[in-house]
Amino acid sequence: MRLTGSGLASERGGRLIFEDVGFDLSDGELLAITGPNGAGKSTLLRIVAGLLPATEGRVAATPETDGPLNTFMHYLGHRDGLKAALTVRENLDFWQKTADSDGGIAPLDALERVRLLHAVDMPAAYLSAGMRRRVAIARLLVVRRPIWLLDEPTSALDARSEGELGELIAGHLAGGGLVLAATHLKLPVPITKSLVLGNAA
Amino acid sequence: MKAFLAIVRQTITVSFRSGGGPLVGLIFFLSVVIVVPFGVGPDLNLLSRIGPAIIWIGALLATLLGLDRLFQDDRDDGSLDQLQMAGLPLEFVVLAKAAGHWIATGLPLVIAAPVFGLFLNLSTAAMGVLVLTLLVGTPALTLIGVIGGALMVAIRRGGMLVAVLVLPFAIPVLIFGVLAVSAIVVGPADSFGLPFMLLCATTLLAIVVGPVAGAGAIRAGRE
Repeated sequence: MRLTGSGLASERGGRLIFEDVGFDLSDGELLAITGPNGAGKSTLLRIVAGLLPATEGRVAATPETDGPLNTFMHYLGHRDGLKAALTVRENLDFWQKTADSDGGIAPLDALERVRLLHAVDMPAAYLSAGMRRRVAIARLLVVRRPIWLLDEPTSALDARSEGELGELIAGHLAGGGLVLAATHLKLPVPITKSLVLGNAA
Repeated sequence: MKAFLAIVRQTITVSFRSGGGPLVGLIFFLSVVIVVPFGVGPDLNLLSRIGPAIIWIGALLATLLGLDRLFQDDRDDGSLDQLQMAGLPLEFVVLAKAAGHWIATGLPLVIAAPVFGLFLNLSTAAMGVLVLTLLVGTPALTLIGVIGGALMVAIRRGGMLVAVLVLPFAIPVLIFGVLAVSAIVVGPADSFGLPFMLLCATTLLAIVVGPVAGAGAIRAGRE
């Protein structure tokens, strides 16, 4: 699969955040999106995810996907998507049921990968920021999708979890997956391509 | 279908676990119903005549509780993003959330209505019809209400604003519901059919319009 974005521009609240941004990504490649605060890293990821309409430009996949493009993507954003009142297991089960998932691993196996098996029956409200993030990372595993959109994936993670996230990303890339990661920190994996967003002049 | 049921179940579970869910609505409903006899005085005939209207108004107000948070919570914790990424049509998500919300807050009102009818000196026949009209009519109230709830995603303000937006559109439901019950309480009994069928029609219309308008409101609020 090949994912391309061309001529992307975004205007929010009357301010042009970026314009004429493009990328071209193939199987097994990681695109690191960097830039100062407010440069539009998160906005770009949300546009690729289809959560925000682009002011100009388009995102396309070749070969043409069967069904909406964003059902081939995972979006790991600032907000973890966890329901505070539900337990970790209930949250993961919910994601697995709502997203059609062929080939995702079982919730318990995914929790073992992120070392949260002990918290499986804990309501998400009692998790720390780093633990919540790790549950969100487990979502990438319970539902199998080729494109991962990661917005500051290492935020709130300790050094060990950061390394483990690196292994997961490397494994995903080795399996032919695509990753777009927005970050201002060093990513725990080798970067294949990079895109620098500056403040629009 | 699996996804639909999962969303319905999640909405119900969250509603029960956070903030007491149905209980708050029921107690609010009870308060509205109890306050009226104190206000109008101990005239049993008057109470049984206006009773159905009071119960309907109580149910209408109780249905609006919690609607302001229904989608705002999902936006705040990121669930709304994930639901959109799941590839489900937004209309479908709104309908499932509405169904869950109705089961958690509307259905308990329907079940409790006969008990509250006792306070208002309603006859057994009137209570039966009252429950029937509430069962048919409260889904329409919820579905009209979710449009207001969906608008809150963009407006980022809660509380009474939903009630102010939604109440005018709920008036037809109230009119048909109360007319149908009054036909049994005051008579003539054969005037029950028309308002009841209009009530059914309003609900069917709301099942179509609610999810479409709600999804439109959420899309317009994306930023």
